[in-house]
Amino acid sequence: MSEELYKEMAQCIIDGDSDISAELARKSIELNMHPLDAITKGFVIGVNYIGDQFGKGEAFLPELVMAGEAMKAAVAVLEPELLKLGEAREMMGKVVLATVEGDIHEIGKTLVGTMLSASGFEVVDLGVDQPADKIIGKALEIDAQIIGMSALLTTTMVRQREVIEELDKEGLRPRIKVMVGGAPITRDWVEKIKADGYSEDAIGAVKIAKDLVGKGDQ
Amino acid sequence: MQPKLTLLSDEIIARILEEAYELLRCPGVKVQNPEARDLLAAAGAIMYPDNNVVGIPEALVKKALESVPREFYLYDYDGNPTVHYGGDSVHFDPGSSGITMLNPETLEHDTTETEHLIRLLKVAEQLPQYDAQSTAVICHDVPKEIQDSYRLYLTLLYSKKPIVTGAFTNKTVQEMIDMLVLFAGSEEAARAKPRAIFDVCPAPPLIWSNFGAGNLIALARAGVPAEIVSVPLSGAAAPVTMLGTVTQHTAECFAGIVIHQLAHPGSPIVWGGAAAIFDMRKGATPMGAVETAMLDCSYAQVAKTLGMPTHTYLGATDSKLVDAQAGLESGISAMVGALSGINMISGSGMLDFLACHSAEKLVLDAEGIAMAKRMIGGVKLHTDTLATGFYDDKINFKGGDFLKQKATMQLFQKEQHLPSSVIDRDSTRAWKAAGSLDAFGRCKLRVIELLASYRRPEIDPEKENRLHAFILDLAKKCGLEELPKLEDFQPV
Repeated sequence: MSEELYKEMAQCIIDGDSDISAELARKSIELNMHPLDAITKGFVIGVNYIGDQFGKGEAFLPELVMAGEAMKAAVAVLEPELLKLGEAREMMGKVVLATVEGDIHEIGKTLVGTMLSASGFEVVDLGVDQPADKIIGKALEIDAQIIGMSALLTTTMVRQREVIEELDKEGLRPRIKVMVGGAPITRDWVEKIKADGYSEDAIGAVKIAKDLVGKGDQ
Repeated sequence: MQPKLTLLSDEIIARILEEAYELLRCPGVKVQNPEARDLLAAAGAIMYPDNNVVGIPEALVKKALESVPREFYLYDYDGNPTVHYGGDSVHFDPGSSGITMLNPETLEHDTTETEHLIRLLKVAEQLPQYDAQSTAVICHDVPKEIQDSYRLYLTLLYSKKPIVTGAFTNKTVQEMIDMLVLFAGSEEAARAKPRAIFDVCPAPPLIWSNFGAGNLIALARAGVPAEIVSVPLSGAAAPVTMLGTVTQHTAECFAGIVIHQLAHPGSPIVWGGAAAIFDMRKGATPMGAVETAMLDCSYAQVAKTLGMPTHTYLGATDSKLVDAQAGLESGISAMVGALSGINMISGSGMLDFLACHSAEKLVLDAEGIAMAKRMIGGVKLHTDTLATGFYDDKINFKGGDFLKQKATMQLFQKEQHLPSSVIDRDSTRAWKAAGSLDAFGRCKLRVIELLASYRRPEIDPEKENRLHAFILDLAKKCGLEELPKLEDFQPV
């Protein structure tokens, strides 16, 4: 019985169907399934599958985002149940995401956020045009392990360095790791500003984030 | 709505038809095949025995146009109608009869043999952009007498797709028809579901050779589709003006259709060609010239006013390499052909004025064809409202909003063509990580992949063996005791 439900859970994520994922989450509660089992043995399997397919070029961005949304819908139903049980889902880590000051591009960053949440990270997405102090302030406030910064313009990517320099000045690294992304970012740039990681796409970002929190094997 | 490109006004088309009829009367058409002359004489044409010129009255053309089919299909090995000749259907096939092939490593143009044709067949078989195969290159490792039959033999063994082919003599056209009958099971079956179409060329200006007219007659009688490939060359073998060239093309097609329909009324025949301008610096016939594409678009428009199925030669280049010139000439001309609603567009894969083939170019051209097909797919209405329905309460004025919509997931593949790895849309980082390849480099990799993934189709072993015995018999008659060995097929 459970096995079948797990399969359906994975499938509704693959199909990107938020209505069904929420419904199956409710069903699992009625059946007294442990919410963590529903997440890790059911829904997450679907997220991982779509991520793999995307990596191979066989799934596309809309599928990826829809899968992320469906995951979010399921977790929204299951989280209150976990609290009732006095448990919390063990998160991969906490991430603050932002597009740097002066830059208003955010499609890529939002995708990274969706995939990180779907993969078990707690994500606070500050949005666009965020100055260094705000980004760092939020990271300290929630005790984030990772700051992820996006910049689409060569003129704004320098802001990524400002945030890193600020973190260094305050002695906050390596406690807070920094991931950067965006079209103009090159490996040279990443090395130059001494960021901890960067990725080509949202799926790669999940892998980098897991590595940075020492959970690369999960 | 299928977007259309038209270059001629109705008035000009009427004048083209009028003058084409006039050309058929005077100077008339040189018909070098005695049987064709007999058919024409019996039908009331004016004969000039001194020089084999025949004056063809307008009434004969009109009668032929009455009996000629307006549409027909070519069928794949399994009997599915996969190529539609008629209306504004658009199909592409690789160019035919190359004599060399680009070696992707040495960049030499190698003389083609069995292995080259097989390589092209394997690649084209797996690219959905090609609705038909062609007998793409001549295999110089078999005797001249069987070179045309032999390439059909290989194509039948390595492909399930319909085939655009052609015969080099009046004797071999019959042998090739016999091969198709053997594969179809009977003459009736071959006629009911034709697998192949034969290109037949008049010689410009206004000549139907012994071989060309003979082929037309044999094909008409067998009920195997014929495709007229009229090749007027503006300024050399046709008038220098485009309208003059198209008028001569019309007259040559008219004469071919008359001979064909006199031999067997109702047999399928296509209004086609490989018209080109004549380059006045080099004396060449550029297939990539925009005027060549304009000639083809124009004659197709003439054909469509008569309701005839259409064919042309576009999507090729005169460049010697798979380079920028190859890409732009092939892409632009494939687009013009598709927008002209031409039923079969031959030429993909070809370089060097149709002399040289390239598997790498076939995969590049497949991308151009996909773009052209997407273009003629047009701008479609998919939703009840055009836009307002997309702005539901989940819109929060962020760039990625629409990525979260079910409609995006459901419709993006209908709206957007997803190119293969041949087309680079990587970031600079990813492109560098993949080896900083140019289009030719990526095409080479794609060809390697396709060759590795190819499996020869399952074909009735009895048919294969009979076909092999048939071609071996032909080979022995011209002194070749054994056919070249094939890796994927061992006859029993």
